[in-house]
Amino acid sequence: MVSFITNLINGLSLGSIYAIIAIGYTMVYGIAKMLNFAHGDIIMVGAYIAFTVITTLSLPVGLGILFAVGGCLLFGIAIEKIAYKPLRKAGSPLAVLITAIGVSYFLENMALLIFGSDPKIFSSVVPFQTVAAGPFVIPGTTLISIVVSLILVTALQLFINKTKPGQAMLAVSQDRDAASLMGISVNGTISLTFAIGSAMAGVAGVLLCSAYPSLSPYTGAMPGIKAFVAAVLGGIGSIPGAMIGGLVLGIIEILARTYISSQLSDAIVFSVLIIVLLVKPTGLMGKVIQEKV
Amino acid sequence: MAEMLKVEDLKVKYGVIPALKGINFKVDEGEVIALIGANGAGKTTALHTITGLVEKSGGRVLFEGKDITHTPPHKIVSMGIAHVPEGRRVFPELTVYQNLMLGAYTRKDGAEKAETLSGIYRRFPRLKEREKQLAGTLSGGEQQMLAMGRALMSKPRLILMDEPSMGLSPIFVNEIFDIIRQVSEQGVTVLLVEQNAKKALTIADRAYVLETGSITNSGKASDLLEDDSIRKAYLGE
Repeated sequence: MVSFITNLINGLSLGSIYAIIAIGYTMVYGIAKMLNFAHGDIIMVGAYIAFTVITTLSLPVGLGILFAVGGCLLFGIAIEKIAYKPLRKAGSPLAVLITAIGVSYFLENMALLIFGSDPKIFSSVVPFQTVAAGPFVIPGTTLISIVVSLILVTALQLFINKTKPGQAMLAVSQDRDAASLMGISVNGTISLTFAIGSAMAGVAGVLLCSAYPSLSPYTGAMPGIKAFVAAVLGGIGSIPGAMIGGLVLGIIEILARTYISSQLSDAIVFSVLIIVLLVKPTGLMGKVIQEKV
Repeated sequence: MAEMLKVEDLKVKYGVIPALKGINFKVDEGEVIALIGANGAGKTTALHTITGLVEKSGGRVLFEGKDITHTPPHKIVSMGIAHVPEGRRVFPELTVYQNLMLGAYTRKDGAEKAETLSGIYRRFPRLKEREKQLAGTLSGGEQQMLAMGRALMSKPRLILMDEPSMGLSPIFVNEIFDIIRQVSEQGVTVLLVEQNAKKALTIADRAYVLETGSITNSGKASDLLEDDSIRKAYLGE
């Protein structure tokens, strides 16, 4: 029983990292109406920045996190401006999708060029190894991941519901033209969305590599796909959906890895997606999209 | 009367198909101007070009003497032009209150905003009742009121209304036209696009008739109401 609960907590922790990434995916989809397949690679960019600042330059951990988050934020804005914005008027979703895949390869190869292909050992940013609570011994990173993602999600919800830029994001996601008639800059709002989503991916990168310390140019690819699955599972476009999707996915992955097979755990994760979509095509929290008359 | 809006030789193309073939019209301060015409004549396109939702292929748009031909849509509202789009286009998953506040998005005057809001609630008591309801759950007529209220939240000097009576029951149609008249009486200039030509000409000062991208007739609304060709083509007589 103790080990089951410990596994559940580990799943929750991995799931909360997926959730942070999935929220970025889902926000960009909801507001910019595109699937940003390069989103996962931002995780890797964040982790490399943190690695460089903390390990290579031996600067304080806090500074490393700050640079990672700030760097990802700027990367996100730049990628949107350079790669996606020029395509927005072309109105072809396929062109944007292919470009996103291109950006993903670009980021991976850029990291390959700068850091080489051999994995770096990422030292955890969490200052304590384990926390003991009664019979449970929980790794520090696990605990921190859960706490950080809770804080981020709460802050994001407050931002969206209580601030003007947040309301502008909702407006743009529901009706771009009508939003611009309200005086909302659609381009500015999309830019802001990329900034927030990418900064969160930066946080996820630091957390992920603290928990799984091997860092390579492809570190972000699989978590990126998993987070995409989480976003679809929860109902793409829905922030609470991405949160729940991420948590469910993380728990399933850890439980499957422990109790069924570590090789099959990914297959099981994707099977869950297929089954959910067969039963509920819009995802767990997704709304049925009504055609406008 | 001071000239408020002037449209000169405005041209729009959708691909190779011309939607507006160089139209000219003007709106003076305090007027109610109707733009009437059949489906597909270019009425909505004309409004969209003014607020910048559609690219122009030629011509100029002047508002209070300033050239706004290439001003992007999100900069238009703070200049004093509000646009009530066709099909209301309220934000369906936001509450009535949130929709109204987005109407005042560019305003920086906190206290006066609350005053405008209570004014709008007085004019549309039904919106007050449904303040916390999601806009998507309102009836068509209520959504139209919300779209108008949202536009008025920006305290516009000129309001563009695109087919406000479309798809509404006759009772609501009368109510909507009463409201347009009240808005005009409070000093807001109105440019109205309508398929319901009779109603539109009844409340308008002047009107322009659009036919397949060109203005074919214009004049005092009361004269156009008596015009035989207009009566045949648009008033079903």
